[in-house]
Amino acid sequence: MNRFSATSKRFGEHIAEWSIRIVASLSILVIFLIFVFVFREAAGLFSGAQRSQAAAEAAASASATPADHEQDVYNPDEETDSAATTSPSNANDQDVYNPDATIEEPAPAAASTATPEEAPQASKSLWEQLTGSIWQPVSEDPKFGLIPLFIGTTKTTIVAIVIGAPLGILAALYTAFFASPRVRNIVKPTIELLAGFPSVVIGFFCLTIVATFLQDVLGTAFRLNALVGGFGLSLAVIPLVYSIAEESLTAVPRSLREASLALGSTEWQTAYRVMLPAAAPGVFAAVLLGVGRAFGETMIALMATGNAAMKTWSVFEPARTFAATIGSEMGEVVWGSEHYGILFLLGSMLFLFSFGLNAVTELYVKSRLIKKFQGK
Amino acid sequence: MAKETSIKARTQTFSFFYGQKQALFDINIDMHENRVTAFIGPSGCGKSTFLRSINRMNDLIESTKHTGLMEVDGVDVYGSDVDVVTLRRRIGMVFQKSTPFPKSIFENITYGLTLTGKKSKSELEEVVESSLRRAALWEEVKDRLHHSALGLSGGQQQRLCIARAVSVNPEILLMDEPCSALDPISTGKVEELITQLKDQYTIVLVTHNMQQAARVSDYTGFFLMGKLIEFDRTRTIFTSPSKKETEDYITGRFG
Ligand SMILES: Nc1ncnc2c1ncn2[C@@H]1O[C@H](COP(=O)(O)OP(=O)(O)OP(=O)(O)O)[C@@H](O)[C@H]1O
Ligand SMILES: [Mg+2]
Repeated sequence: MNRFSATSKRFGEHIAEWSIRIVASLSILVIFLIFVFVFREAAGLFSGAQRSQAAAEAAASASATPADHEQDVYNPDEETDSAATTSPSNANDQDVYNPDATIEEPAPAAASTATPEEAPQASKSLWEQLTGSIWQPVSEDPKFGLIPLFIGTTKTTIVAIVIGAPLGILAALYTAFFASPRVRNIVKPTIELLAGFPSVVIGFFCLTIVATFLQDVLGTAFRLNALVGGFGLSLAVIPLVYSIAEESLTAVPRSLREASLALGSTEWQTAYRVMLPAAAPGVFAAVLLGVGRAFGETMIALMATGNAAMKTWSVFEPARTFAATIGSEMGEVVWGSEHYGILFLLGSMLFLFSFGLNAVTELYVKSRLIKKFQGK
Repeated sequence: MAKETSIKARTQTFSFFYGQKQALFDINIDMHENRVTAFIGPSGCGKSTFLRSINRMNDLIESTKHTGLMEVDGVDVYGSDVDVVTLRRRIGMVFQKSTPFPKSIFENITYGLTLTGKKSKSELEEVVESSLRRAALWEEVKDRLHHSALGLSGGQQQRLCIARAVSVNPEILLMDEPCSALDPISTGKVEELITQLKDQYTIVLVTHNMQQAARVSDYTGFFLMGKLIEFDRTRTIFTSPSKKETEDYITGRFG
């Protein structure tokens, strides 16, 4: 040891460092596991072999832990009963979603899933089924066309962004540059408070008050429709867009604002022509994250859109989103069934979409920031 | 030295306050047209505050106030009928730290012009070239006008800001330590520029560089702790100052 050797770290620092490492690795692991689980369940759709294997495993585990499956069917409403009668696999109680069973366990469907249910659909390929225009998962002849869900998701998301993004950005511009400190100190926390609102409350508010109001004003045929749902989603989008946009606007150096004003521009010209472009990467990121929020939000979409899978682009008609479909059907789906697999497929699509959105945001923002602030 | 020209801007017992704190005390100055007026003084003595009071940039700071009179062309700039946007359009400002917008060089120069409405492309191109020439930057950037201004060196950025300020043809040009971040060569260019520009503008310059004040200015004011200790012809200030504090400061025995 010489006098330049590293001074030994304190014990406490070691512990802190290690706990941080463990927590970080754990969260990565959890994300990875969710990823694997969701995709594995969806993958069952594409390979019959895997499915029968899963069934075999299921049979094994079912016999190993019989206690888990003695519970009754999770049965929130009549729909499940009809499902139970129409779907042959439901003859066995154990097939039905059992909230007490541990998640990792594959469907305890035994042999029943493999044969009778698939027979009528064998003629149609999976692709043909998914691109169909009817979503009717629980019926004699179940149809799994994703087109109406896709349209429903897209139109509510568009409504939410068209309402939410401009409002969020304008509010951010206002509090960043125009409001007096006193007003800012009221407006900013108020909008951010909205972000903390449970989405079920927003959903309820839209379901009761907004829906009635909009129907009275617009005279629409359906009380609950994509417009009401999109409005509800925008209430979730606004605070998100607002806080990220506000942050990136206030991060623009003050000196730019002074330079612009000193040239004889008005506050508005400065905000619009200098500050907003300078903050553009952040504002763009805010909008993309807003899209992700609208796309993935379940409760508001479930409560306020009317939740009917209709193949129409009209915002005055009901819509059913991917997230709301999972939210409302996963609870009563037959484990290991095709429907089950397709719900997981929807989940995977949501996952991939938001993953892609975040990646695009990240890449775009980085490259734009580098371009903007290093003059490359 | 040149004979007296008319007074472009002047103050009478002008005082300025940041909240409770008084930063300027009863300043009386006449700033002459087509002349360079320089302000020197130790850090924190109120030079920038004074400069920013002329084009009302201090309005942007919360809870500031002033007393006394600040006149440009005989009009009280703090008068109730004065539009601050128009005022600032007529009084250009160059800041100590260069502040190029994150836009192209071309857009930086044309920004001020387009504030008052659309201009034809040829008109804009003409102004860009003449402004950049006046700021001695044209030769260096003429081939990359549409590249980001942030790719320029610090000295080039500062000259770009000068070009941007002159692009709108202000009557007064306020310069707050425009050379403090520049190398001697760029400084030389900016000083040359100042001497050229004074034919058209009234220039008010804050500098920490005594030689610079002596080289380029016609009048010099010495500030100390918010008070204007002495104001006179530059030659008088640097050869036979009448106040002891001034002499101590310019001979380096102080501050
Ligand atoms: N925004 C502000 N709020 C409160 N006080 C301020 C503010 N700006 C400046 N001051 C104070 O006013 C006094 C004068 O500051 P000013 O910036 O005018 O000095 P200066 O002569 O330009 O100094 P320097 O040569 O360092 O730039 C200082 O005491 C400073 O602390
Ligand atoms: Mg200063």
